[in-house]
Amino acid sequence: MSAVGPAIPLAVPRVVLRHSALTRICHWINAICFFALLMSGLQIFNAHPALNFGQTTDFARPLLSLAPTGFPSWATLPEAQDLAVGRRWHFFFAWALVLNGVVYLGDLLLRGGVRRLWPNVSDLKSIPHAIVEHARLRFPKGDAALNYNALQKLAYLAAIAAFPLLILAGLTMSPAIDAVFPGLLDAFGGRQSARTIHFLLASFLVAFVVVHLAMVVLSGVVNNVVSMITGRYRIEESDHEA
Amino acid sequence: MKRETKLTRRGTLLKLLAGGGALSLSGCGLDARSPAALAVLETAETLTRTVQRALLAPRQALAREYRPEDISSYFRPNGSTAPDDPDYQDAAASGFADWRLEVGGLVENALKLSLADLRALPSRSQITRHDCVEGWSCIAAWKGARLASVLAAARLKPEARFIALFCADTLEQSLDGNGRYYETIDLVDAAHPQTILAYEMNGAPLPVEHGAPLRLRVERQLGYKMAKYVMRIEAIDSFAALGRGRGGFWEDRGYEWYAGI
Repeated sequence: MSAVGPAIPLAVPRVVLRHSALTRICHWINAICFFALLMSGLQIFNAHPALNFGQTTDFARPLLSLAPTGFPSWATLPEAQDLAVGRRWHFFFAWALVLNGVVYLGDLLLRGGVRRLWPNVSDLKSIPHAIVEHARLRFPKGDAALNYNALQKLAYLAAIAAFPLLILAGLTMSPAIDAVFPGLLDAFGGRQSARTIHFLLASFLVAFVVVHLAMVVLSGVVNNVVSMITGRYRIEESDHEA
Repeated sequence: MKRETKLTRRGTLLKLLAGGGALSLSGCGLDARSPAALAVLETAETLTRTVQRALLAPRQALAREYRPEDISSYFRPNGSTAPDDPDYQDAAASGFADWRLEVGGLVENALKLSLADLRALPSRSQITRHDCVEGWSCIAAWKGARLASVLAAARLKPEARFIALFCADTLEQSLDGNGRYYETIDLVDAAHPQTILAYEMNGAPLPVEHGAPLRLRVERQLGYKMAKYVMRIEAIDSFAALGRGRGGFWEDRGYEWYAGI
């Protein structure tokens, strides 16, 4: 078999259609919404740059306080301190995020996407190996690159689950929504708890995006970005045949 | 041939980079507060109001009422805490003995109500959470005359669509004289059972820093709707002619007229 000598790498890489048009459009709308919501959210946070648990605010004993200034102005939308404008951006993009999310999740559920993201037993067993491989910046090649590994599955599932929770926590801060669905107040442990959980879930999504962007860069930035724009993902064949 | 391809590629790459740079520059240079941008973003307020009102309507849902032990030991006074209007200060000095709430505008029966008159009207007591637009919340017990009862006594004319509340406090010394606090609510909120003109807070007469002698409570909206130091109430058909035309002191400064979130 190996009489011909070392395998010559294939000159033409395989190209597969990785993401549907709908997934790609939703991804980029979501990305825009995420940054608009994050930065306008920090603007809103800065109007009262402290967090509490429970129904009410204990001004003397906050859970966390960035008083008096809060987050730096370069991180907020708009840049200047302006709660009214921050709220306009936040609620506009909140609606955009929700409508986009309904389309994305509806598509995901209809096409069995959740099942593809749900880790199976062998995925869970492979977690230590996947961690080591990621730490060594060795990413799957060939057919293995087409399937999400255990870490990817868990990260994507957690991010997808974080969005609805984040939105519900945000809605719990609405006195009108609280009147219609008082159960939300109990579920989140009060309005100020909801504000804190909203902040923590947003922090989790920031961490997700940081890791996500790092992985996009480290595992082939052009191929990854092109695949999320055109859908076409180039597979590098592995150089050893198993 | 090969060289040319490479050059073209490099050219394309440079163009892409320049394009990206221009995009992010315009991103940074884009004025997040431009009137055009704000007008587009404001469409979301209509959507929010429509959806929230549709959710609230069928059950005329009440805001949650809390237990006495939930009352905040410290309730932050916000906005004006001591109006500098001389007439107000005189009235406050005499315990609002000669003070009268004026009720007028599009009503059949204009009224002047003393605190005793207001106390004689059907009242409501409620322990509710006050949510400031800034993000904090405090709980207090409120007692006051139901706004619906006041308006029933004044008999609204059919063309009345909003209730405007004019206040004693000037929150901003502005050149156009629009610094006086005022608010408007629609008849849906005016008729709500928890909408009261509160004269008591935590079992005592309403303190000056919280709006003595009378403040509005609109429990399903944010704090800035709940005007303090209410001096005059008018039934109106439009708020376009008031202040800068957006329906309230903070609304004139960019905040939403419907403050349900």
